[in-house]
Amino acid sequence: MVHERLGATMTSFAGWQMPLRYGSETAEHHAVRRAAGLFDLSHMGEIAVTGPGAGAALDYALTGYLSAVPRGRARYTMICTPDGGVLDDLVVYRQGEAEFLVIANAANTATVVGALADRAAGHDAEVTDVTGDYALIAVQGPAAAGILAPLATLADGGLADGGLADGELAAMKYYAGAFGEVAGAKAWVARTGYTGEDGFEIYCRPEDAEHVWTALASGGTAAGGTAAGLVPVGLAARDTLRLEAGMPLYGNELGPDMTPFEAGLGRVVKFDKPGDFVGRQALSARASSGPRQHLAGLTIDSRRIARHGYPVLADGEAIGTVTSGAPSPTLGVPIAMAYLSSPAASLAGAVLTVGIRGEAVPAHLTDLPFYSRRR
Amino acid sequence: MSVPAELHYTPEHEWVSMEGTSASVGITEYAAQQLGDVVYISLPTPGATVTAGEPCGEVESVKSVSDLYSPVDGEVTEVNTELEDDPSLVNAEPYTSGWMFRVRVGQDGNGDAALPPDLLSAAEYEELTKSAG
Repeated sequence: MVHERLGATMTSFAGWQMPLRYGSETAEHHAVRRAAGLFDLSHMGEIAVTGPGAGAALDYALTGYLSAVPRGRARYTMICTPDGGVLDDLVVYRQGEAEFLVIANAANTATVVGALADRAAGHDAEVTDVTGDYALIAVQGPAAAGILAPLATLADGGLADGGLADGELAAMKYYAGAFGEVAGAKAWVARTGYTGEDGFEIYCRPEDAEHVWTALASGGTAAGGTAAGLVPVGLAARDTLRLEAGMPLYGNELGPDMTPFEAGLGRVVKFDKPGDFVGRQALSARASSGPRQHLAGLTIDSRRIARHGYPVLADGEAIGTVTSGAPSPTLGVPIAMAYLSSPAASLAGAVLTVGIRGEAVPAHLTDLPFYSRRR
Repeated sequence: MSVPAELHYTPEHEWVSMEGTSASVGITEYAAQQLGDVVYISLPTPGATVTAGEPCGEVESVKSVSDLYSPVDGEVTEVNTELEDDPSLVNAEPYTSGWMFRVRVGQDGNGDAALPPDLLSAAEYEELTKSAG
């Protein structure tokens, strides 16, 4: 397998053997911020929702207004329980008038398939777990478009509203996608990602994955060798990249005991869409009562990492819990996201600390995201 | 994977280098690779007494934090202060500039350094890492 040939340290994740890192995760992180990284994300779940009622079924099943999304565009959305708890956060691509592709977290795929199938009943729509039909390879970073462009042919030109007028990759908007070929292999190519950088996600057949990977890896070299700077990147750096970008991770910032409002992502709940949707009543109540907890960003005055589950204190009183923490290679200090019982604004002047294995380490509130790319 | 033949090892992935009764201690290349980039190291204080098999510090990497165990009994004489500023030395050169602390160990009846009998040879340690996959 290609990852093991590259010397990757592998890890088990949701039943998949995935590359954790190829060398130094810090170097991999910097490569994505400065040039480009190549990721195998084939563990992600793909769920096809198709049929004349697919849009309406998704409008009912999810928090987003998917039937209003133009063909060739993507949305970040969530699937909630009737009481508003988050079952998963999702990216949904509209691939055709009656074809949607829903991307779920690996560990949640079965849950999402089940919930979608239940909620699609009565709509003229079919829900199919197609995870096994797809490999997912991402190329992310400022050099991504330049690396992928010579290898990609996008067949689906002339898309409505925001699609590719001339079939060229560079013309593709952020959160758009198109059918085409990458290095001759059929693929759905989307300008999406989870790193805070420009980049693309390539959904291809599993049997073509190694070919696509190798073509991108060597294309990255041909496009300027070390100048292009494309390196393979594992899940460890993916986590620090998404954390710097302030993106939530299911199981850390999101879960069934949270609504999207706690995570500061109330914008994904489209109350103005027509018809009822699962969780509407509970989410509407939460929108008016305000979130029960507040997701905040912290920087830590130490080399030690404030990790998931560590307590956050204000003037010595426990006020919350760290959800994710890591060294930030870009900022050069440890960063963390935490759920706090009070909004950040009300904590002005308080002395914040994080309990790191018995030591109260000073911390500072900071706006999320920790890092935004220049556009 | 480098496992220098002249060193002693523990199943907790520490190495010990002996010079008379002075034991230098670090973690192995295998351990450094499994941990990933090391970002913080907490070491025992010079003068402290350490006990073989007992935690005496912590090694923190991007993904995890692990106890550091003393492989020998004795008194800490010196710690590698370079690691405070550059913990990545542990990843870059785990057997040389990435050393962590030195311990003065006792002597046995022959005047040799008294080492715990369960320290592993390089061959035994290599076998252990292979079976760990």
